[in-house]
Amino acid sequence: MAAVRTSSEVALNRAAIVAVLVATLIFLAPIYWIASTAFKPKELAVSVPPTVLFQPEVTPFIRLFTKRVQMQKPVEPQVYEAAPWWEKRIYDGGERVLKVGKDVQLSQYPNRFMNSLIVAVISTVLAVGMGTFTAYGFSRFKIAGEADLLFFILSTRMLPPVVVAIPMFLMYRMVGLNDSHIGLIILYVAFNLSFSVWLMKGFMDEIPKEYEEAALVDGYTRMQAFFKIVLPEAATGIAATAVFCFITAWNEYAFALIMTNRRAQTAPPFIPSQIGSGLPDWTTIAAGTFLFLLPVAIFTFLLRNHLLRGVTFGAIRK
Amino acid sequence: MTQIELRGIEKFFGAVQVIHNLNLAIADNEFIVLLGQSGCGKTTTLRAIAGLETIDKGDILIDGKAVQHLKAADRDIAMVFQSFSLYPHMNVFENIAFPLRATRMGSGEVDKAVREVARVLRISDLLEKKPSALSGGDMQRVAIGRALVRRPKAMLMDEPIGALDAKLREEMRAEIKRLHVKQGSTTIYVTHDQIEAMSLADRIVIMHEGFIQQVGTPDDVYSRPANLFVAQFVGSPVMNIVEAGVAGEANAARVSIGEAPGGFEFPRELLSKLNGHSSGGLTLGIRPEGVLVRREAAPGYMPVEAQIIEPLGSFDIVDLKVGSKMLRARTKAGYVSGPGEKVHARIDPEQAHFFDTASGKSLGVRL
Repeated sequence: MAAVRTSSEVALNRAAIVAVLVATLIFLAPIYWIASTAFKPKELAVSVPPTVLFQPEVTPFIRLFTKRVQMQKPVEPQVYEAAPWWEKRIYDGGERVLKVGKDVQLSQYPNRFMNSLIVAVISTVLAVGMGTFTAYGFSRFKIAGEADLLFFILSTRMLPPVVVAIPMFLMYRMVGLNDSHIGLIILYVAFNLSFSVWLMKGFMDEIPKEYEEAALVDGYTRMQAFFKIVLPEAATGIAATAVFCFITAWNEYAFALIMTNRRAQTAPPFIPSQIGSGLPDWTTIAAGTFLFLLPVAIFTFLLRNHLLRGVTFGAIRK
Repeated sequence: MTQIELRGIEKFFGAVQVIHNLNLAIADNEFIVLLGQSGCGKTTTLRAIAGLETIDKGDILIDGKAVQHLKAADRDIAMVFQSFSLYPHMNVFENIAFPLRATRMGSGEVDKAVREVARVLRISDLLEKKPSALSGGDMQRVAIGRALVRRPKAMLMDEPIGALDAKLREEMRAEIKRLHVKQGSTTIYVTHDQIEAMSLADRIVIMHEGFIQQVGTPDDVYSRPANLFVAQFVGSPVMNIVEAGVAGEANAARVSIGEAPGGFEFPRELLSKLNGHSSGGLTLGIRPEGVLVRREAAPGYMPVEAQIIEPLGSFDIVDLKVGSKMLRARTKAGYVSGPGEKVHARIDPEQAHFFDTASGKSLGVRL
């Protein structure tokens, strides 16, 4: 039913739409900036005023994935002609791609990107999994000192984690966990677990316990009831928690910088390390950052239905 | 063939005892209703039988076998919850099939069993729907279907129609009765609604503060309440309960209420049946239909004044001032024209109940 609106309400509504549009533009501006820089020719990246219209090119991405050196003298024409299209782009910039025999040497970016994926995915699965079980326990059973325990779990987040970075580093070095995937995964699970427990506790409390009780009298064990009834009902909560845990682990910078340097280094500390000396290559850095944004964007996009859907939808009458 | 027996059940929630020494034997195929106000222990008793609640003392026997240490899954009992608890992520078919899937039954048999139950409950056309798309009555049918499908030893129902609106409740009440007659399974049904209890039960168990007050057929608990609690809890409109004094005359007994002069006339045998209780501490219970009202004076009738009239459609409830007390009487609709009208009333001795005021127990006097 359409409500009758006064002219002031209409004006207010329009103002709200404008405000939302402005806010959206402000939030999207850095994303646009990174994305456009990733496709710009090198010389336009730092032009003042900024160039908005340009011929996009993928050269920054080619540079991102290859090892290159500056050439002392121009490339010989027959070599240039024989080179594939992407290698020509590198020659155009006065550089050449490093090769071992005929194989192109890849830069460290794919490896760092893979490290990020491994650490973020595994730590997210562990944090959300453990958080879900813990939250279920707190939600369904009488636990002595429940409130104190929950507060204790949360209290691990009452200090900026970086405060303990130095002792953590020393401990990690002592037990040989520095510069290892497992080391970072343990750290990120520890950061995310309290958050995951609290968030999942809220979602678990929302799931009526009659569902499990019905399953229990229907002939299932509590474990079966948990997997067949509670988990599907908690899907929304699990998706939301997973998105937040993934983003935290994916974007973590400080510990990754301190705890890793080669083998297990993730993308966040790696990307700025490529600024190097001399004139920074902003387009390559932007290309790396742009690719780095994609997994979170895709992950969130895939789970968007779960994020928006209500926890239960009307099968319990209250 | 399932008999259920509860022996000396006690249950504590922390320091609070919610069930006191509860004993009850339920026969095969019997429809038992646990009736009481919220917090009386009826749902806890039901959940204890289902295995969702532990007990602190006593035995729960199903077909003579103690089951109090068995998990809910191993008791072979089905339960219908007030909230229905249909699994929202499964369609109706899967909801009904869910208990069968726990038994690793073949999918052909599952299909057959589910469709048979759906046919009996008249929900065959809903099998593909999700619970969220169902009406309240259909949700309840599905919940009952899920309970019936594996032919459990017994059915437990926890206020299964309490969440429905009044009209649907009446419909579903009839349907539950029809199903019980047709399927015949030992059923324990919890409700706070005495009309539901009266209309469904073979026997009613009335509970109050964790104690069984009376166990009996609907007629028993209505016509022969064991104590003041049952007398007031069962029956609508509520039974009149008043302190009464009894005096003997040459060929009658007089029961006086609220210092009203004269008193109501009763047969003289009341005195011998009361057996000395006439001296004091006596409470009279009389249902509104046992208070007879007429406009003209007549032998045995006492003049009283009508104070409030509640028209209830097919009849009226009239509050009569008897001395300092009120008696509610049931009359034909419109029989008493308005407040302040002077009418004449009598108590039907056959419908009178007498209780010991201190203990609340019925004195078992029938005239």
